[in-house]
Amino acid sequence: MMRVALLLAVLIVGSTGGEIAITHGMKSTGEPSRLRPRELLAFLARALRSGWFWVGVPLMALSFYSLLVLLSWEPISFVIPASALSYVVGTLGAKYILREDVSPARWIGVVLVCAGVALVAAG
Amino acid sequence: MGHELRIRIKTLVMILAMVVCANAGDLMLKRGMTQIGAVEISAAGLRHAFASTVTNGTIWIGIVFLVGFMVSYMTVLSWADYSYVMPAGAFGYALLTLLAVVFLHENVSPRRWVGVALICIGVLLVGQTRPRTTEVMAREVAA
Repeated sequence: MMRVALLLAVLIVGSTGGEIAITHGMKSTGEPSRLRPRELLAFLARALRSGWFWVGVPLMALSFYSLLVLLSWEPISFVIPASALSYVVGTLGAKYILREDVSPARWIGVVLVCAGVALVAAG
Repeated sequence: MGHELRIRIKTLVMILAMVVCANAGDLMLKRGMTQIGAVEISAAGLRHAFASTVTNGTIWIGIVFLVGFMVSYMTVLSWADYSYVMPAGAFGYALLTLLAVVFLHENVSPRRWVGVALICIGVLLVGQTRPRTTEVMAREVAA
């Protein structure tokens, strides 16, 4: 039980930590001036040179491997609903690390989405 | 068109692209792996599986969609909040259930319908908030 909880924590912290690092990298890259192929390619070239992007990728890989190991221990109907907690953890990270302004309406929405994803994944 | 409205529309378009690419990519990978058949866990089995996946057209279409997902995800995060994009992306779960009912005539449990309803209400609530709440910290791209 202890090792399942620990690996679930690695899965959630890895995926949200990775996405937060990538978000930070993309915000410092700056948005493409227009959504045309040429500007998008230039944006991607700059984004791939961002250090934060390369902090995010191994974190997401770590989270992916924890998911594979967890799936070998526990049924999918437990693992995916439990990983829906990452919506709440990710929002906490957005508020306290990325300093986004999470309004009450957004919080209620996130909690509903988290519960909804858990129910859908449980079948 | 107002600045705020413009951001809202392009954010929604990119999130829609994310959801469609992620679902289409998973679907193509699933279809491709079904064509290949169950993978045998042995040196020869894995070698055979690797050779069949890299030569399978359906798998490559799946990979192109998943790259499309990653590109739209990175692009939308260059202007929109993470706490806006992440829950809005969950709309994909609801969409997948609706597609399964309409096209595959799958039976869906009441519990799953409740989940779909919660996701839709949650996404609508998040969607009403401002897509971007932080300051623009990077330079605007030189034209």
